[in-house]
Amino acid sequence: MIDNEINYDSEPVANAGDNSSNPTTSAYPDWRKDDNTLTNAGLPDEEQEWFCDARPQPARKSWQPIEDFLNWARANSLWILAFGTGCGAIELRPLVTSRYDISRLGMQPRPTPRQANVFMIGGYVSIKTLKRIVRSYEQMQGPKFVVAVCSCAINGGMYWDSYNTVKRIDEYIPVDVYVTGCMPRPEAVLAGFTKLKELIKAGKAEGQNLYAEKFDWYKENQKKVIKDWNMPDYNW
Amino acid sequence: MEQLYNNLSLQFELNDFMLRHGTQASFIAKREQLVSLLTNLRDIHGYTHLVMVTCVDWLEDKLFQLTYIVHNHHDQSDIIVKVLIDRDMPEMDSIHHLWEQGRVFQRELHEMFGISFPGSPGQDEPMILEGWQGPPPMRRDFDTKEYCEANYSNRERDSREPEEHMQRKLYPED
Amino acid sequence: MESLYPPIVNGKAVYDLESQKYLKMWQGPQHPGVTGNMSLELDICGDEVIKCDTHVGYLHRGFEKLMERRRYINCFPIVCRICVPEPDTNEYLFATAMEDLMGMEIPERALWLRTLNLELSRLASFLMWIGGQSGAFGMGTVAQWTIAYRDYVLDLFEEWTGARIYHMYMTPGGVRGALPEGWVNRAHKVLDGASKLLDEIRHVMLNNAIFKQRAVGLGTITPDMMDRYGIVGPNARGSGVARDIRMDMPYLVYPLLDFNIETESAGDAYARTVVRWKEIHQSISLIRQILAKMPQSGAVHTTLPNVLHLKVPAGQTYVRAESTRGEYGYFMVSDGSEFPRKVTVRGPSYTHAMALLEDLAVGVNIADIAGLMVSLHTYPPEIER
Repeated sequence: MIDNEINYDSEPVANAGDNSSNPTTSAYPDWRKDDNTLTNAGLPDEEQEWFCDARPQPARKSWQPIEDFLNWARANSLWILAFGTGCGAIELRPLVTSRYDISRLGMQPRPTPRQANVFMIGGYVSIKTLKRIVRSYEQMQGPKFVVAVCSCAINGGMYWDSYNTVKRIDEYIPVDVYVTGCMPRPEAVLAGFTKLKELIKAGKAEGQNLYAEKFDWYKENQKKVIKDWNMPDYNW
Repeated sequence: MEQLYNNLSLQFELNDFMLRHGTQASFIAKREQLVSLLTNLRDIHGYTHLVMVTCVDWLEDKLFQLTYIVHNHHDQSDIIVKVLIDRDMPEMDSIHHLWEQGRVFQRELHEMFGISFPGSPGQDEPMILEGWQGPPPMRRDFDTKEYCEANYSNRERDSREPEEHMQRKLYPED
Repeated sequence: MESLYPPIVNGKAVYDLESQKYLKMWQGPQHPGVTGNMSLELDICGDEVIKCDTHVGYLHRGFEKLMERRRYINCFPIVCRICVPEPDTNEYLFATAMEDLMGMEIPERALWLRTLNLELSRLASFLMWIGGQSGAFGMGTVAQWTIAYRDYVLDLFEEWTGARIYHMYMTPGGVRGALPEGWVNRAHKVLDGASKLLDEIRHVMLNNAIFKQRAVGLGTITPDMMDRYGIVGPNARGSGVARDIRMDMPYLVYPLLDFNIETESAGDAYARTVVRWKEIHQSISLIRQILAKMPQSGAVHTTLPNVLHLKVPAGQTYVRAESTRGEYGYFMVSDGSEFPRKVTVRGPSYTHAMALLEDLAVGVNIADIAGLMVSLHTYPPEIER
């Protein structure tokens, strides 16, 4: 079990305490216009109005029995976004084909983020991919969940000293379930998805709401490592 | 191979000839003569396949060793041509007109070592590192661990001494 | 009539996207029709691609930098991560480059085991590729068969080396261990099944009218492009150029095995598929030969001094091997210390995906781009490393 305690009140992690010498903090000084509005300051001036400037809001819960029913329904149709971000993607193929066959569990890979509700981070995340991960994750329709597969997504794994991979993916997007291993066996990934189902049924897989609540913290972290932020601040 | 080297030496300034396994020759060529040497090897001596272009950073000598490996499909021999260029002002003639893939190698070298190849198409576009603001990362004086510590945070590791840990786990009362 | 093709300024075609004749489309990195994590920037006119730029770098981990910081033996766990479907070529080449610089001889039995490992991983990689190729043309059934069947090959690997994907089996000086008991019988059983599967693939895929219609004539490579683009491996053999490093510059025990270079002459995606289909047969036959001829006893490993303080004599060497995608090479420079000075990896996808794909994609229907890309068997992690 991985200790998933994060201090969200802390300074955004990267370069903590050394903001004055960091040129990137001054590059995006005013991405929050006020508490509810984003400025999309990374985009060219004429494009800023094309994108939504609202922030994500936590989903409101309904009456508990209804919520339980919804959670049961959510847990039984997990559609995975087929985005192979790293080596972990190679175990997705045995999973979806006839030997391990995740269709029997109500899961299937989907080609577009609009149809998917589980993001499977497959392994190490380079900075260039992180940008696409953030974008794909924000484009996914809620309720959405993240499963981080492989050690590299948890603590950098084998690339702990690589200049181009992030060490903890949970500082940039919220993660619901981790699967350790390099590579984890398909059975381990299946166990991870089963755990995710349990969490959803118990109403504990709240990554999406966490992202909305701690939006500033996540965004600051993302902008610290993605040095050329040229996309909208929240991609609807 | 020695004969080929001797023939080439008449035309070009070469030195440091070395032969491995009878088929892999390597020598150092002059910077200005490289493009004509490679053209000569490709068109006259049959070294038609560019295997790779890479760079070795000799930080102590303040030199970049640009390495061109060409292969001859007829007698299955390789020639490793090394060119030593100044590390502080790295600039090299482009070979993109000789091989199509030359520009891809040069784009990568430009990005990873900061060597400029004037005229090589697309070399200023970022290829691998997007939005990179540090120094060219493959240079030896770039410390990747230091960069990591400054930019990313690590999860705190719970490292245990195996012997102590098992002792405590198996015999907690001792 | 206005010209379809745009004016060329400074050697680059300039498309007036405002003219509403063209559309810019990104295929990838999150796209089902792209192998691995890379992207294609396509300019299309109607259905036809008029310009293609490939963008790589989504999987860059800086292996060459990381290897500078690690001792030789510590590099072994990371080199195999360079190429996910076929990691053994990397292990073999790194070990060989090291042994070459040290002037080390490895036991004969280890040579046979290494060849067996390479061929088995070639089989696994090709089975996966056939699934990708058929999937790219909309035939999911073949993918279900082959990718699931690949798992039985991975089971053999697991029993033999302890891991499914990354085996870390070939260490400097030999291999980590011999074959387990009864493994040979199970391997024969898996190979029998694979042969049967290949016959079915021939009926379902190679003789399929739709597959033929889409693949024939797609992405034709002509022999004169070979050296200009640095095309190697099955892509070259699909154009009738008989080049195979296993035959041309024999390594390991390949000279003792009986096989020939499979070629096709058409040079299109269909011919490349047939070449690879034949090479799976070849691979199965090679594995059978190895299992029959392999010495049953003897050392699998030479004794090394303390590997953590292993110093490799100064020198520079280039070693190569034939992977499923063609020539895979390692250029290793040692300065006589405990750390490698520089290791450069030459992945065959490097030229196939960057220079070649950009030119072959022009004029192709946008629906066939995925099939074209898979037919070149590009694999992104070995491009950017």
